[in-house]
Amino acid sequence: MSDKKKKKLTPIQKEYQLFAKEREPQRPLLANCLRAFLFGGLICTVGQVFTYLYMAFFDFTEKTAGDPTVATMIFISVLLTGLGVYDHLAQWAGAGTAVPVTGFANAVASAAIEHRSEGFVLGVAANMFKLAGSVIVFGTFAAFVIALIRVTITKMGG
Amino acid sequence: MLSQFFWAFVVGGLICVIGQIMLDVFKLTPAHMLTILVVSGAIMDGFGLYEPLIDFAGAGATVPITSFGNALVHGAMAEAEQNGLIGIVTGIFEVTSAGISSAIIFGFLAALVFKPKG
Repeated sequence: MSDKKKKKLTPIQKEYQLFAKEREPQRPLLANCLRAFLFGGLICTVGQVFTYLYMAFFDFTEKTAGDPTVATMIFISVLLTGLGVYDHLAQWAGAGTAVPVTGFANAVASAAIEHRSEGFVLGVAANMFKLAGSVIVFGTFAAFVIALIRVTITKMGG
Repeated sequence: MLSQFFWAFVVGGLICVIGQIMLDVFKLTPAHMLTILVVSGAIMDGFGLYEPLIDFAGAGATVPITSFGNALVHGAMAEAEQNGLIGIVTGIFEVTSAGISSAIIFGFLAALVFKPKG
């Protein structure tokens, strides 16, 4: 609960907040970080394997191999999401599965599958970016502002 | 070649640890955490810092979501150099097209094939 909200609470509510905070289970920070590191690292290593495969068997350079690698990782992640495996992995690995692009694909696919019963237009299509949309919106707007600043600086001869 | 795998593992893992710390220490929701990472990727590319990281760590830098922000800025800058200011708007999804379109296509296919579990 944010500090702003806390000011409006009655004394009894404040007491309850303290009471609840004391009993909130401590998160095992070190173990969580270690798992995130191992799993996130593993996913990136798998990505590196695909990058090398695309460079060795197709006409990709180190720069252009990134796109098919990301697409492949997304395909695998969506498949694992559909089979119900990814959620179990995510439970164990925390941010290790959320931060790589596979987590983005998992958010899209799980939202799409979950709302299937509401129909394909209003359910699947309308809810697909329910979780992942914030990433796209903020990423795009930030990129717009940054590109605008950089173009302006270059135009002014910086 | 082996060192490339090693650095992909270490750098990719470290970015995930930063995400985990945001979740556990600062008690952010995953959506807030991912948003912050994407925006910081975009800012890093604004200062020209993300490209060197990709050269160094390969997939360790391209697979985490921070590279999404980097790629958005990159596409916008590339088009802006050719077509001027309007290029920022037309080019912003140029590089990230692979990620977004494959997420939509495979996500929709998954919704056709799989039923919700649990």
